[in-house]
Amino acid sequence: MTQPKAISLISGGLDSLLATKVIMEQGVHVEGINFFTGFCVEGHTHAIRDKHKQKPKRNNALWVAETLGIKLHIIDIVEEYKDVLLNPKYGYGANMNPCLDCKIFMVHKAQQWADENGFDFIITGEVVGQRPMSQRKDTMPVIARESGAQDRLLRPLSARNLPATLPEREGWIKREDMHDFSGRNRKPQMALAAKYGFTDYASPAGGCCFLTDENYSKKLVDLWDARGSREYEMDDIMLLKVGRHIRPKSGFKLIVGREEGENKFLQGYTKQFTTLKTTSHAGPLTLLDGVANDADLELAARITARFSQGKSAESVTVETRRTNGETREIQVAPMPASEIQDSWYV
Amino acid sequence: MSEYELDARRMFCPMPVIRTQDRVKELQPGDILTVICTDPGALSDIPAWCRINGHKVLETAELDDEVVVKIEVCEE
Repeated sequence: MTQPKAISLISGGLDSLLATKVIMEQGVHVEGINFFTGFCVEGHTHAIRDKHKQKPKRNNALWVAETLGIKLHIIDIVEEYKDVLLNPKYGYGANMNPCLDCKIFMVHKAQQWADENGFDFIITGEVVGQRPMSQRKDTMPVIARESGAQDRLLRPLSARNLPATLPEREGWIKREDMHDFSGRNRKPQMALAAKYGFTDYASPAGGCCFLTDENYSKKLVDLWDARGSREYEMDDIMLLKVGRHIRPKSGFKLIVGREEGENKFLQGYTKQFTTLKTTSHAGPLTLLDGVANDADLELAARITARFSQGKSAESVTVETRRTNGETREIQVAPMPASEIQDSWYV
Repeated sequence: MSEYELDARRMFCPMPVIRTQDRVKELQPGDILTVICTDPGALSDIPAWCRINGHKVLETAELDDEVVVKIEVCEE
């Protein structure tokens, strides 16, 4: 037979790196596939926040592919992913993370890609018992079944704990050269990484999705509640990653830049939102998301002034600009920290 | 050989890479693609994608708040 071909789901973490390497060692041609949902932690915050500027920037999925010497196909699934997030058949995890539906969807997309490109099977870095929702012994067959991949889905790190798959039965790979990892203990993965000489991999078990983050999930739910609709666009989910989110009244929310990098990022949204900027003192750029009358705008200006260098001044000048272009300067007393209620922070 | 430009401003990693990948698929070996981005991460990500997929980075530059990566499309 010609050399078998596998497509490997590459998240950028250690498990998919190892799983791919295990199969490459068996002489299989492997290429990587990485899906971008819009909620991926990868990259965005590095691009937005100034304090990360000194850290080397890299996309871990690309780094994994380069380390392995394989091609990587990055697929934009932002639009299709909305249905996964909004209508998960298997529900959510601890936060707004539809992990099981997400994995089913990604394996399904990988299967489609494999069919279209003449690949024989799919690899993931899943480990039995490692995650409470998507990586349990009882849910792993669900992923294989509902994705349509069936026995073409191979988990090399846990393969010896699972029923034999097509590539094993066909003799393309040897079961005994795969692993029987299980549970949340990361030591076997670290030992395997050491064996292969992988040292600079991304933090083991590090979350790669904002939806598993409690604070991010709260902001997302707040956005939906405020709009009375669970729809979202790419800009919405990007803005949830940036700044302090403060909702002093039900009708509007403020997004207050925390540093220069965020202010610069928020600058790109000044045509879509009412904005506030201190002019008498250095300070943040604030976007106002919602509807605000003049009194609301003054309240927003006082909060913005609170986060400026004039927070202790008696009066701070704030420029407000509505989306119709109407611009004015108002003098406000910065709101004392004690008056900003904890419940306002989203 | 033809020269093309891709505007990937205001996109954040990995969107500039995805747009580059999709555009390169439509081009011929020898074509030149200049990608303009505002995400500084593109300065490392697009060259990494090129190395992985066998394309040649001719030039990278950081100008004010923009990043420019010039690529020669090669046979994959």
